[in-house]
Amino acid sequence: MRDWVEVRRGGYHDSVTLMRVSRRLSERPGVAGAMVAMGTGLNREMFGRMGFAVPDEAGPDDLVVAIRVEDEGPGGAGLAEAGEALEGLLREASRPPAREGLLGAPAPARTTGSAAARGEATVALLSVPGPHVLPEAMDALDAGLNVMIFSDNVPVAQEIALKEAAARRGLIVMGPDCGTAVVGGAGLGFANAVRPGPVGVVAASGTGAQQLMCLLDAAGAGVSHVLGVGGRDLSPEVSGRSALAALAALDADPATELIVLVSKPPAPQVLDLIREAARRLDTPVVFALPLPGEDDLTRAAEKALRALGRPVPVWPRWTSPRGAAPVSGRALRGLFAGGTLRDEAEMIARDALGRELEARGHRFTDFGDDAYTRGRAHPMIDPTLRLEALRAEAADGGCGVLLLDVVLGHGAEPDPAAALAPAVAAALRDRSDLAVVVSLCGTPADPQDRDRQAVALCEAGADVFASNAQAARHALTLVDGPIAEGTPR
Amino acid sequence: MSDHHGTHRDVHRAHRLGGLLSREPSVVATGVEVLASALADQAVPVEAVDWRPPPAGTEAALAAVLGAPGHAEANARAVRRMVTARPHLVDVRPARDVLGLEPGTFLHAGPPLEWGRASGPMRGALIGAMLLEGLAETPRGAERRLERGAAVFEPCHHHAAVGPMAGVVSPSMWMLVVEDAEHGGTSYCSLNEGLGKVLRYGAYGPEVIERLAWMGEVLGPALREAVRRHGPVDLMSLIAQALQMGDELHNRNRAATSLLLRELAPALAAAEEVPRARAAEALAFAAGNDHFFLNAGMAAAKACADAARGVPGSSLVVAMARNGTDFGIQVSGTGDRWFTGPAGVPDGLYLGAYGPDDANPDIGDSAITETAGMGGFALAAAPAIVRFVGGEVPDAVAATQRMYEITLAEHPVLQIPLLSFRGTPVGVDVARVVRTGILPVIDTGIAGREPGTGQVGAGLVEPPANVFTDALHALAETV
Repeated sequence: MRDWVEVRRGGYHDSVTLMRVSRRLSERPGVAGAMVAMGTGLNREMFGRMGFAVPDEAGPDDLVVAIRVEDEGPGGAGLAEAGEALEGLLREASRPPAREGLLGAPAPARTTGSAAARGEATVALLSVPGPHVLPEAMDALDAGLNVMIFSDNVPVAQEIALKEAAARRGLIVMGPDCGTAVVGGAGLGFANAVRPGPVGVVAASGTGAQQLMCLLDAAGAGVSHVLGVGGRDLSPEVSGRSALAALAALDADPATELIVLVSKPPAPQVLDLIREAARRLDTPVVFALPLPGEDDLTRAAEKALRALGRPVPVWPRWTSPRGAAPVSGRALRGLFAGGTLRDEAEMIARDALGRELEARGHRFTDFGDDAYTRGRAHPMIDPTLRLEALRAEAADGGCGVLLLDVVLGHGAEPDPAAALAPAVAAALRDRSDLAVVVSLCGTPADPQDRDRQAVALCEAGADVFASNAQAARHALTLVDGPIAEGTPR
Repeated sequence: MSDHHGTHRDVHRAHRLGGLLSREPSVVATGVEVLASALADQAVPVEAVDWRPPPAGTEAALAAVLGAPGHAEANARAVRRMVTARPHLVDVRPARDVLGLEPGTFLHAGPPLEWGRASGPMRGALIGAMLLEGLAETPRGAERRLERGAAVFEPCHHHAAVGPMAGVVSPSMWMLVVEDAEHGGTSYCSLNEGLGKVLRYGAYGPEVIERLAWMGEVLGPALREAVRRHGPVDLMSLIAQALQMGDELHNRNRAATSLLLRELAPALAAAEEVPRARAAEALAFAAGNDHFFLNAGMAAAKACADAARGVPGSSLVVAMARNGTDFGIQVSGTGDRWFTGPAGVPDGLYLGAYGPDDANPDIGDSAITETAGMGGFALAAAPAIVRFVGGEVPDAVAATQRMYEITLAEHPVLQIPLLSFRGTPVGVDVARVVRTGILPVIDTGIAGREPGTGQVGAGLVEPPANVFTDALHALAETV
């Protein structure tokens, strides 16, 4: 026999509910005894009579859970199952009955808290303006839900308070400013339709996570879960609170065989902390960071595949028959919607060309940056600003290569090539010396269909790459000749 | 027992992140619609929230209150105290004895008020109380003395009491004494005078004073003997039964009155101290007044609300009350401080030839019933009054369902058959009111503006929104 006794402070339920929960729990196969009750004097006597040792501090306002299971094999599966059943019963007990009463469906919930009370959600996805996030996030945490905060502009002190509140409840806050997550196959925010697989991703970078999951999908490997942590999680203030929680959760997840951590450049001391935590896990961790000397996203994906004993494929690419003849010495202009993809392209360019990128007129712009998105939608939803920049760059005789990213998936534009392909074709029409290279992040299963997008862009004259790193290297060969091709870093 | 620590960890391992990685995903989506529809496209269950921004300038206070560690626990504790209170009617005694009211001192409904700002019905009730206590010969005389400051008046709420409408209590009036058997508090309310020309609606004619005198001489003592002989009457049990019989316990008390009479009649009949003729008078009076239970229900609600007072950090509303001029609330985490705004004029139906021009702004402590999860919050339980106060049955159901958005709990005892016995929404949360902009629904009677008029109608009223934002800001300063 094995016992589990737990005291939950402030977990009030009325006695009839708890008697029903106790009875249904006791009826489970393998359960030798169960009592779930408030810690009143009378109940404490009952626990004692059943042979459960209830901690002294449990008072009448505390919920006491006591379960006894019959002997079993190693691993405590019986207790774990009983525990899971208990959570389900308690959730059911505190939920209002019948969604639709005699008089039809109730009006929609007005707060995250009341919505959480109506169902059995596992996670709340918040995209209200930043200053209004905290009440909704606290609602979710209080209801036992994990939280993904898509919104930005949440004060850092609130981010820390929320992440601490989540830690106290054994939950995770993904974000703020978390664009991408995949849990149990559900893509939250911007996410690609990828096959399930052995790789768990911890991401302080939305597009970085998308690039990784798409490459892993292309390699036939797929992901278990992608847990975004928010762009500020690895800052000195927030100190990786969610990244550490995500690593621990994926380490405990039976479906995850290997973890990739992807981030925008993190604070060095926080990175040390994360590396130290990663070393202590049972699950191997691969890092993908846009830093000199670190693996780019493609190389991190390759490293993960090798560690799993899987073949590294030739990454998909679609080369335009146009055969542009770019003039060496002209500038590379990167027009990005994804910040991490921009950072990665710039890092590759610096590795190849050294530090004087700007002096040669090379520029890498992130149109997803706050400076461009204030008061308007993200370029992954609204391409207007980037299309204007494309026209302007094409009109600049000093520009030799345009490098663009296109990120597909749920939440993104339904057909980006519809606007981009004609703009590319128009830019190339009068410039035989101009080349366009596209980094296309997506999968064949995405709502936009990666291959259809690739063909449309390719027919418009662009060279298209599934790997952002390969796209960047290809673009560099077009402005600086073959010296960049395959340059060892 | 040997492997206690290990198994504990195993159970928690399986539930890491609340089962986020092991359970079927299901999402609450709050904010931009495109993210919710992207989930729906993936066939992921989504509960979309109809979110609207709270009033500008409240963001910081909301974050401070809701972000304070222990806020959720404070609210859970406060509302748990509210719904676990067990109010019992234990005695009936004169106000001078039980509240220590001195001659020339009166209690009144709502937040603090002075004569200069008192409305017509409040003035009328105070004039009547002066006449009843023999402090003036004529209404004019009473008014002149009141103008000169001859009387002291204080809110009922400052004395653990509540009073319907004007809520005026004078030393010779008899009070219901209600004790909370769970948390130990005591609360008081006067005896109900019936309908029509009555003091609480500001009437003070000779028939009003005569009736009050009779209540002091006959009704009060008879009830005292009945209650003492019967022993404590479990009011929560009566309320729960009445709710399932079609009362919402504010504008409709017919079932509760019947249940209370059924409970007390045998004891009254058996009370040797009460002459048979007086017992018959008392029973006939109570039986002829559908609102006889209202005052007992208010004292019960007051006991429940008081049990929830004084929990630091809690944003639970523990009093909503009006004095005919101001609407005021008190909040668990901000002590005895009142947050006030102008009382609104109820929206409702009028008696006879009266109309909205005759109506006084909202008045009375009876919103204590809504504070404790009855009245407007239980509208769905009282189809019979729905047409009277707010339209058709679906409107009443919608009103009750809307209140779940701003309350902290569902009442474990007060169940609504029409909602599959779901508990009434109970425990108004200041933060949720501010966040949603949904104001509490309050059932109310309508008093005539002119002193001496009496009741002119009944309907629904909402508090002024500022009382909730003010309370939120004050609470934010305490956390």
